[in-house]
Amino acid sequence: MAFLKRSPWILHYDASSCNGCDIEVLACLTPLYDVERFGIINTGNPKHADILMITGGINELNRAVVRNLYEQMPEPKVVVAIGACAATGGIFRECYNITGGIDKVIPVDVYVPGCAARPEQIIDGVVTALGILEEKRTKMRGNAQTKEEARHAAGEST
Amino acid sequence: MNGLIGAVLFLILAPVAGGLIAGIDRKITARMQGRVGPPLLQPFYDVGKLFEKENVVVTTAQNFYVLAYLIFIALSGALFFAGGDLLLIVFAFTLAHVFLVLGAYAVHSPYSHIGAERELIQLMAYEPMVILAAVGLYMVTNSFYVADMVATTVPVILYLPGVFLGFVTILTIKLRKSPFDISTSHHAHQEIVKGITTEFSGSTLGQVEIAHWYENVFLLGFLYLFFSWNPVIGIIAVAITYAAEIFVDNVTARARWQAALKSGWLAAGVLGLVNLAILSYMMTGGV
Amino acid sequence: MQTLLFLILFPILVACLLLFVKQTTLRYAVVALSALSIGGASIYLLIRYAFGGAVYFAASSEVASLAMVAIEMGLALFIIYMGAKFRNYLAIALAVVQAALVVYLEISFPENLHAVNNLFIDQFSIIMALIVGIIGSLIAVYAVRYMETYHHHHPEVRDRQKMFFFVTFAFLAAMFGLVFSNNLMWLFFFWEITTISSFLLIGYSETEEATKNAFRALVMNLLGGVAFVVALIFLAATEPTSGGIELSRVLASPDAAVILIPAVLIGFAGITKAALMPFSSWLLGAMVAPTPVSALLHSSTMVKAGVYILVRFSPVFAGTFAGFSIGLVGAVTFVVASAIAISQSNAKSVLAYSTIANLGLIAACAGVGTYMLVWAAILLIVFHAVAKSLLFLGTGAIEHRLGSRDIEDMEGLIVRMPKMAVMMFIGIAGMFLAPFGMLISKWAAIEAFVQVPFGLVFIAILAYGSAVTVFFWAKWMGKLVAVTRQAERVEKGFLEEPWAPLYIITGLVIAAVLLFPVISSTLIEPYVLAIYGATALLSQANVAIMLLMMALLLILPISFLLFRRSAKHLPVYMGGRPSTPDLHFAGSLGLTREVQTQNYYLTEYFGEARLFRPGAAVCIILILASWVLAGVAL
Repeated sequence: MAFLKRSPWILHYDASSCNGCDIEVLACLTPLYDVERFGIINTGNPKHADILMITGGINELNRAVVRNLYEQMPEPKVVVAIGACAATGGIFRECYNITGGIDKVIPVDVYVPGCAARPEQIIDGVVTALGILEEKRTKMRGNAQTKEEARHAAGEST
Repeated sequence: MNGLIGAVLFLILAPVAGGLIAGIDRKITARMQGRVGPPLLQPFYDVGKLFEKENVVVTTAQNFYVLAYLIFIALSGALFFAGGDLLLIVFAFTLAHVFLVLGAYAVHSPYSHIGAERELIQLMAYEPMVILAAVGLYMVTNSFYVADMVATTVPVILYLPGVFLGFVTILTIKLRKSPFDISTSHHAHQEIVKGITTEFSGSTLGQVEIAHWYENVFLLGFLYLFFSWNPVIGIIAVAITYAAEIFVDNVTARARWQAALKSGWLAAGVLGLVNLAILSYMMTGGV
Repeated sequence: MQTLLFLILFPILVACLLLFVKQTTLRYAVVALSALSIGGASIYLLIRYAFGGAVYFAASSEVASLAMVAIEMGLALFIIYMGAKFRNYLAIALAVVQAALVVYLEISFPENLHAVNNLFIDQFSIIMALIVGIIGSLIAVYAVRYMETYHHHHPEVRDRQKMFFFVTFAFLAAMFGLVFSNNLMWLFFFWEITTISSFLLIGYSETEEATKNAFRALVMNLLGGVAFVVALIFLAATEPTSGGIELSRVLASPDAAVILIPAVLIGFAGITKAALMPFSSWLLGAMVAPTPVSALLHSSTMVKAGVYILVRFSPVFAGTFAGFSIGLVGAVTFVVASAIAISQSNAKSVLAYSTIANLGLIAACAGVGTYMLVWAAILLIVFHAVAKSLLFLGTGAIEHRLGSRDIEDMEGLIVRMPKMAVMMFIGIAGMFLAPFGMLISKWAAIEAFVQVPFGLVFIAILAYGSAVTVFFWAKWMGKLVAVTRQAERVEKGFLEEPWAPLYIITGLVIAAVLLFPVISSTLIEPYVLAIYGATALLSQANVAIMLLMMALLLILPISFLLFRRSAKHLPVYMGGRPSTPDLHFAGSLGLTREVQTQNYYLTEYFGEARLFRPGAAVCIILILASWVLAGVAL
């Protein structure tokens, strides 16, 4: 059963964005867009989250934080980079302290364009992410099975 | 024999009922906020998903404590529906919660630690009222056995209005609803990250959720004891009370722990104790 | 009868022998062997007398009684000497008053001071004897190595170990005498011996603080002693109706009003000895003594003598307002001491406050004194003795390894001293968690208080008290089980305390739960039945459920095997900062900072400064009220 698709919990992190995209992310949670319809919950705790929604171009100080948050999330997980800055660094790209895009630090699965990204686009991004999430889950299960089989095989041979 | 059937039915059906109640709860909450809300079965999807996730731990000991929490919550609920001794059930319930708290201590994380301390404060806040409620039910029905309390023909609520109100007050703590969801809280609410459950993830968190469903069904069963002379009224009253809890959850902000402790103790001291004092006066005074 | 005399006299013999033993190994051998014989004898006592009713023994009186009076006078002189040496005039005054009263008693009523039966044994005495004989002597065994290490850690303290073990064994002898005496004069004699013994043990280290606290204990217990003598004079004066100084006759006396006054006075002596409020400070002060002394005072001797006498007299208290008011002293002590325990971070003072609280609870049961409550009280005595001795001995061992007895420093004990942590865990669970002993008694007490007029007051107090209890024990447990990473294992120290007594007592804590239906049906129920003609019973179903819970708790740790595999380990969440497993994180400006977790102590609400005075004031009023009410009843 694929429960994962029906219950994606998100973690939202602002990696030095101008807050424009963040406001749009939060708008998704408001009654107007109400993403809880799809079982989406904003958790605020990486250990509970399935989707990391991240805005901004990452500066020197929060680079380590982003990596830490990503590591703290249990598999399967996807990363959604929201807005132009998250994709490329946007208008801050040339700043001395900006890394220029989330994918410079952690692997990104979905890019949501826009400055700022619109709620509809964000929701669309999440829906795309759900597909990837599902793929990763199947792969993870397959891996686990192969591992298990390998272990059995090894056990039998010794 | 009836007892055994009750216990088995509880163990099987309570997670289903608890999950549905949680689903209805979220739906009503959404409607109160002018949203559509998640599907009714959303809580089941959530827990199903948690069991699909990777098993991540800080220390393996945490799994042990959470498992013990789940087992003892289920056990105390089963004892309740088997018609056992209410005081023993209350104490078994405390034991279960202590396990959850120990799980949070075991991971040795700052956020869990704060959650654990706050959970203990909550425990301290509601315990007197729960014991007084059990004693009050005894005074009216002359038995500590749930089986006898259910079989009573006396309208218990008329004798124990204060105890009932006091119990409803601490029920807010137990259901993890605002204003007293200080140690951890439901779905979208956050509290110092996620309080006591911060470091639990995947199937461990799923177990916490299931335990919570068991717990909610048990608590509603406890509420029902106040109305057990008439099952129809009883079920309606429990439903209304739960709806009122949802309402309170939505219209209040989270309070500080001091407020939770004071409210719990005042509820027990004023509503519960005064009620019981009047009741025992009536009984010994021969009115 | 030989067994009784053996249990009283043999420890004295051993005590004298130990005065001449200097070497630790030899001392260990002597103590271990005598512990074995004392424990064996008390178990023999159980087998021999448990299945009959109370048995009385005449036991030759004249010489023994004279010797006792002589020793009492000697002790009074000793107190006067010590009082003069340390300029504690209150102790001198009380000793003089007490000696004068004893002399007055001997001179005025010589014909009324003879008891037909001086010794007796019944199931309650057997229980007490088992506690003293098994737990008391285990503590003595533990103490041998502990004291060696103690002097290693405290070179400044004069080595008086010979005196220490002499007093310890005299203490045990006195406890045996106390629970076997039917002659109240004898009982009083043993009572005074325990007072002096604790005085000597508390003052062992001879520091200024130790001496001060030893005198505080002495003064408070002498106060109780004076009340005891007054009660004896009253009994002797009203011999025809009250039954004189023979315990069995007093308890059987038809004139309830006459014996209520001495009962309340002896109850007061019990309150001082059991360290109920306002006298709790002596037990807290006693912490300065080496840990085995605390274990001895808290679990098997001294304070248990106080509640023993209260429970003995509870048939007299039952149904009287005076008894109710003594019960309230206990109840108030229970809730206030439990609340103060929240604010304490010193392990020994948490234990001390918890002892005071539990003694309060026992006194509450004894004061109200219905048959169900007496049943609960005796059960409390048993479970408390076992669990508390374990906790004290454990704390002592931990202190020697970690160099601290602060609960905050016990963080991660499960990693650093796994065996010790598990034992402490079981001990703490024994103090407050569901299938374990103390909780059974609390539960029984609640069910019993419901049936008493005005019992609601007690129920309310119990409800709040047990809520508070959960808080302070659970947070301590939490500290123990925190899995700290990269902590050093220090279980093996340079001097090994003997682990055997700890293992045995841990086993006893668990055995007490598994066997408590047997303990109840063979010892407690027959006793209660003999006195009240009715007895409390736990229903079979509940016993079965409790055993089921215990079985679950014993099985659950096996589940650890399930979790061994496949789980991925991640560091704790630190707000996204990269962190090390021992809670260091990368802070701003490139600095590494450390996170520390501390328990809540809520001093603002539950501090000693805030709660002690009001609690003590209420208790003083209640004690005075009990006297007035007893007087009015006459």
